[in-house]
Amino acid sequence: MRALPALSFLTQLAAAAPAPAASALVQDPLGSPMWQFHRRRLFGEAPVVFDGGVKVRFPMIAEDQHVFPVEVDARALAGVTRMIVLADLDPIPYPLDYRPLHAEPFVATRIKLDQRTPVRGAALAADGTWHLSGGWVDAAGGGCSAPPASRVKGDWAQHLGEMRGIRRPAGAGATRLRIAIRHPMDTGLVDGIPAYNLETLTVTDTKGVSLADLGIAGSVSEDPAFTLIVGAPASEALTVTARDSNGLVFRGTLAADPGATGGGQGS
Amino acid sequence: MKFARRSVLSAALAVPLAARAEQFGGTYAPRPRQIADGVWVVRGADEAIAPGNGGAIANSTIIATDAGTVLVDPGPSLDYAKTLAAAALSATGKPVTRVYVTHLHPDHALGLGAFDPAIAFALPGTIEGLKQDGDGYADAMYRILAGWMLGTQVVVPQGRVTPGPVEYGGRRLTAWAMAGHSRADLVLRDEPTGTLITGDLVFHDRAPATPDADLAQWRAALDALAVLPHRLLVPGHGPVEGSEAAIAQTRDWLEWLGSALRTSVGAGLDMAEAGEQAIPGRFAAVKLARYELQRSVSHFYPRLEAEMLPRIDAGSEAPRPKV
Ligand SMILES: [Zn+2]
Repeated sequence: MRALPALSFLTQLAAAAPAPAASALVQDPLGSPMWQFHRRRLFGEAPVVFDGGVKVRFPMIAEDQHVFPVEVDARALAGVTRMIVLADLDPIPYPLDYRPLHAEPFVATRIKLDQRTPVRGAALAADGTWHLSGGWVDAAGGGCSAPPASRVKGDWAQHLGEMRGIRRPAGAGATRLRIAIRHPMDTGLVDGIPAYNLETLTVTDTKGVSLADLGIAGSVSEDPAFTLIVGAPASEALTVTARDSNGLVFRGTLAADPGATGGGQGS
Repeated sequence: MKFARRSVLSAALAVPLAARAEQFGGTYAPRPRQIADGVWVVRGADEAIAPGNGGAIANSTIIATDAGTVLVDPGPSLDYAKTLAAAALSATGKPVTRVYVTHLHPDHALGLGAFDPAIAFALPGTIEGLKQDGDGYADAMYRILAGWMLGTQVVVPQGRVTPGPVEYGGRRLTAWAMAGHSRADLVLRDEPTGTLITGDLVFHDRAPATPDADLAQWRAALDALAVLPHRLLVPGHGPVEGSEAAIAQTRDWLEWLGSALRTSVGAGLDMAEAGEQAIPGRFAAVKLARYELQRSVSHFYPRLEAEMLPRIDAGSEAPRPKV
């Protein structure tokens, strides 16, 4: 597996690190060999707690390691400004970096797993503390180092950027979005296929205000799908803008919900 | 092509940490139980494929004939199939001289290596499937079961089953070619006893697995099975006792699953949420319900979203230089 040399290199880096900061003393409940490396890289000296403030949900089995669903829910925390999905042992370990600008701290997507790894969600709360939770996921390998299905079929270019989506009322002034975009999400780890992936996705309202801002890496599954809960009423039309690593921009519009006139009730 | 194979083969990957330490296989002890004159069933564990059961989760059927013993579904590994053949010999007094494989899944088919491929029979679609995906299944089984799988290799049956009556060793069987659980599902009926052997078209008190399923085809196959006269039914998984209700139960689960997945996609649920939705109380006695629901979400959800969610784009803009 191509990830291995890089990983052992990173492990050595971690081993040769200088004395840990205070937050480093917090024991990783998952016992990950890469924890200290990722902690320094993502959180620096910020305090880190492993608690129930952030809930990470994924299935009990990685049935398809190309399409592993992960949901991170930090709605129990106040003032969350950033959320990260972290797969410690993956060659591309941070599939998602989410800023819920005017949105609830909730995000779901599907990621590729290359091997058995911890999968975590991290949320930065208003007090500057990172809250984490997650668990180990067993995966057979090949999620990141096998070519995507559309590369095998050869039809990816015909459908590139096709965007599908729905919106549903999610309580007063909130709208749940499910968005799916056709994209090969090439990791660069497959021989002969350079990295090519969506890098950002933004949801804006009719005034052009950004409600949700997603940073996306190549370890998000082919044909990425996202669930977000943005702070917009049903009467507000929403624009989804995604940009990929070749500078292509894809745009979609979710018209105002005709059946609802404001906050709306769940259907 | 490894990609397609891998996505299909990742049948059971969440092996608990403790179990992973188990590098060596255990000992299989298949116990044939007679259910009718000249017919025995060896029950699989009603569990997921795991080191604790050596992958022996599917049911096998043994039928005595004058020419030798007929074995339906040789199980997950070489070692299992050998012990199964020995158990069949002691039950019937005759060695196994013919083997049927109901479909390509590894818990039913990978034991074929214990037998001469010339005495092994399957539907043409199963033979093609084993050629295409067999190695991938074997990889996945080795990964989960380690030592249990020692010496196991993919063996492709040389005999092609044609639907219709079969006479072997003075015993009459009837074969049907169906599909839905997989691309080719063999159904056999032992005529003297009216025992219907359904393979994985029927699960009983154990949730149906859908890695290669076509739900519409599967429902049609169940409708066809429901009108086939039989006195006894051997499901692919789950007990023979009470299995007269198993066709309806399997159909009920598939109907619920299909509509639950569509409702979830329509409500904008993500896959993790869909896999945690409530399972109706009438399935309370169905083992592995949550596990198979979550697997099925993985099998169907991306396709359903692509089918059901409306397009919201107006095409892409011209490439812009990277900043
Ligand atoms: Zn099966």
